[in-house]
Amino acid sequence: MSSPISRVVRSGVGRRRVQTVVIAVAVMMAVASAVVAWALLVAVNAPFDHAFARQHGAHLTVQFDPDQVGAEQLDAAGKLAGVTASGGPYPTTTIRGLDQEGRRTPTLTLAGRSSPGGEVDRLDLQSGRWAEQPGELVLATSFAGPAFELGSTLRVPDAAGSPTLTVVGLALSASRTADAWVTPGQLTALASADHPVTTQWLYRLDAAGTKEQLAAARERLAAAVPPGALLGAQSYLDTKRAADQGAAPTIPFLVAFGALGLAMSVIIVGSVVSGAVGTSLRRIGILKAVGFTPGEVVRAYLAQALIPAAAGIVLGVLLGNLLALPLLADTEQAYGAASLAVAWWVDLLVPAVALLVVGIAALVPALRAGRLRTVEAIAVGRAPRTGRGQWAHRAFGRLPLPRAVTYGLAVPFAHPVRAVAMLLAVVFGTVTATFAVGLTSSMGAITKAQDRESLAAVSVFSGAAHGPGTPAPGQLVSAAADPAKVRAAVEANAGTASFYGRAFAEVTVAGIPGAAQAVLYQGDSASGAPELISGQWLTGPGQVVVPTRFLERTGSRIGDSVRVTQEGDTRTLRIVGELFDTSNDGTRLHADQADFPKAGPVAFLVTLKPGVRAADYAEQVAAVVRPLGGEAIANQPSERGNLVLVLQAMATLLTLMLVSVAGLGVLNSVVLDTRERVRDLGICKSLGMSPSQTVVLVLTSVAGIGLFGGVLGVPAGFALHSYVLPVMGHSVGTNLPSSVLEVYQAPQLALLVAAGIAIALLGALLPAGWAAKTPAATALRAE
Amino acid sequence: MNHVIELTGVARSYDGAGPPALGPLDLTVAEGEALAVTGPSGSGKSTLLNLVAGLDRPTGGTVTVAGTRIDGLSEHALARFRRERIGMVFQFFNLLDDLTVTDNIQLPAQLTGTARRTAATRAGELMELLGIERHARAYPGRLSGGERQRVAVARALVNRPALLLADEPTGALDSASGQDVRELLVDLHRSGQTVVLVTHDLALAEACATRTIRLVDGQLALDSRTEALR
Repeated sequence: MSSPISRVVRSGVGRRRVQTVVIAVAVMMAVASAVVAWALLVAVNAPFDHAFARQHGAHLTVQFDPDQVGAEQLDAAGKLAGVTASGGPYPTTTIRGLDQEGRRTPTLTLAGRSSPGGEVDRLDLQSGRWAEQPGELVLATSFAGPAFELGSTLRVPDAAGSPTLTVVGLALSASRTADAWVTPGQLTALASADHPVTTQWLYRLDAAGTKEQLAAARERLAAAVPPGALLGAQSYLDTKRAADQGAAPTIPFLVAFGALGLAMSVIIVGSVVSGAVGTSLRRIGILKAVGFTPGEVVRAYLAQALIPAAAGIVLGVLLGNLLALPLLADTEQAYGAASLAVAWWVDLLVPAVALLVVGIAALVPALRAGRLRTVEAIAVGRAPRTGRGQWAHRAFGRLPLPRAVTYGLAVPFAHPVRAVAMLLAVVFGTVTATFAVGLTSSMGAITKAQDRESLAAVSVFSGAAHGPGTPAPGQLVSAAADPAKVRAAVEANAGTASFYGRAFAEVTVAGIPGAAQAVLYQGDSASGAPELISGQWLTGPGQVVVPTRFLERTGSRIGDSVRVTQEGDTRTLRIVGELFDTSNDGTRLHADQADFPKAGPVAFLVTLKPGVRAADYAEQVAAVVRPLGGEAIANQPSERGNLVLVLQAMATLLTLMLVSVAGLGVLNSVVLDTRERVRDLGICKSLGMSPSQTVVLVLTSVAGIGLFGGVLGVPAGFALHSYVLPVMGHSVGTNLPSSVLEVYQAPQLALLVAAGIAIALLGALLPAGWAAKTPAATALRAE
Repeated sequence: MNHVIELTGVARSYDGAGPPALGPLDLTVAEGEALAVTGPSGSGKSTLLNLVAGLDRPTGGTVTVAGTRIDGLSEHALARFRRERIGMVFQFFNLLDDLTVTDNIQLPAQLTGTARRTAATRAGELMELLGIERHARAYPGRLSGGERQRVAVARALVNRPALLLADEPTGALDSASGQDVRELLVDLHRSGQTVVLVTHDLALAEACATRTIRLVDGQLALDSRTEALR
């Protein structure tokens, strides 16, 4: 850059400090929010892929029958064309254990491995150490919880001698090759006639992108061993699908925020640079008069925008990386596999796109500056203003309001383009705020909908409870106490207002392969009914209420019938309602316990009479049922899930950033306006306009835009929420109940409209203060 | 004799190290007097006017205008003082381009909270008095310089100020318009209006003023009243 241009750029950047700062800060915020959004998008979009790549995950996890195939043949299979690496042989079996409280665990796939490493499926040992001797067990992190932590024990009653295993480590296998690991020697000892030892081999393939490629590889492996020796093969694509489902709902949400952020930065940068050109016409004219070429003027004005923008981009990348760290940590907690660092290409791509956007936004007004004729440019700076907006002054002047107010209301009409830019900034800010408020409320509603149990004050179990709250479905399987006696204890207590019984049972459903889970209710369960999406709750036997995915998988609708079998009892149940329940892959059905009497209730959920303290009640009932083998506990609302916390944190952060950018857009426009009107304000002051009247004038000049922006932005935010939430729901295979979708209240919407005004007023507050403080004599000299 | 302006030891410095742009200066202006302030460029004429109007603050001395000591007033009180006690006419009119002639004239009255109808009546009277009633709904950009200055004078008088300050009121006008404004100021003075006029134009000073002072380098170089007493 030649010296005269650099001097012009330096003076331009220095003289217009507010605009320079606004460009830098707006770009910084936009870049930071883009980095955060993209980093999270990348992290939650492919947590499985990241972990799978890091661990050299197995594309195929294959079980062989050791009685039918020898080690040499299996070694040879590992060298087949298309196999790039293999791991094994690992002896495997399945067990069902009892935890320290004597409750049965779900069936666990156990593998015998002497170390977590290897060519394939290099396990992440997340805590503790690897199993080194018999009696030690490493558990998959997905099973970790209050019942199973380091030091917990697990007894295997079906194995010879009922050995007890101690949990010495928690490990993560992206490929989910097993649920737990022991030493190979220990594994053989745990196998039984019902659960014999099989041999596991893990394969990485050079072509594993599609189901067909994996099926072909499976066929090649099957052909390499004797017929029937290959017992089964698990594809990593199935595991990936299940893993990605947790992250899926965040994608539409992040895309919405990303689009808002991008639109906002384009508007702000375009409006700032256009404003800089618009208010520098005389300067441009003088530059040309002293010999600057149009090209040099374009370069000078482009540089004036790009220098602060570049600073904003650098700061934005740094800020974005800093802000992303805690959110990525949350994401890692939620998915167990995300990387704690922002993807490197995000740190390159976002700045590049930002620079391009800023460059284009600045180029248009810079070209306009270059095209301006010298005489015209100088004349524009001196001539009286054109008649734009005079009608507004006439119209608003008639209103029975203080003059400072009516004057301020008319100001935006003198610069329609600038007013529209300001309006768009407020609209996008309000859309963001409305969307974020709705999203946060929806997340709260989802938490509440998934925690209906805590609506009951006390849970009374016929088996011992473990930990706070109620046991996880399927985990509490011992039923030490007679449910009838436990029920009698609940009925006998004077504090009981109402109660219902509940049990979990494994069932099979025609149309759904494998087992499904059923929640069975006894008594008036309406108070604890999950959120209904459509239809009605159970009113008696012969009915079933099911989640959305259940309907999809069975191809049924409300009013249809399904055949459900539990321990040999088969019933045909009529679907009376669709409910919001994403647990058990969205296939858990809810029915009356009278249909399946073999599954007695294991818990009674009690609503108390007014004035009865839950803790006191639980203590009283526990005193009766504990000797029977039961337990009673006061319920507490369950904590919000990790995903909800991540989404709420992201929504809050991104909203604050985007609303700040909107405020900066307003600030910039008002600074430009105030600068242009400094003479008018000086005249008004010389005529006796007080500082407070000046502040009122400037604030009123944006209040109308704020109100209009709010009126436009709130319905748009509402619409965005109405669109994104169902998409998020569908990504996890469920419709959403009205309590999750219809979260806005009328007063809240009115407040959000007021948020538009607040964004505008906050943005205008600083320049209003400057305008009020500028001495009248100085302002008049600005002529 | 009632003094509308009383300046005692008034000084205004813009640069702490250098000599003051004005003063120290003692000056009084009596009610009904028409004072012309003359002097070369940079002599402190406009600074003096700004101090009297409360648009600027002295760095030394006291300024009392229409019985109010204004050098220590807050910005808010100064604004109230200006709108109620001072009318100002500028060289380049300083009309608001967005407002009609009527709206420009009414503005100071509206800022004081005068009732809409009262302000409109007063503006109508002044437009009629100054011969600009046919331009009532026009915008300043469409008027000649002389007409614009008449609008500015009407605006200055709308709140019946104790003091009318005029800063080079004919400086941007052709000779015919200048003569027009000159006659207007003479008429206003004859009607009892106290006027302080800053001008380079000695003919204007001679025609309008009952007293003339001359500033040179911020100091009072000549006061016609003192000269006359000699």
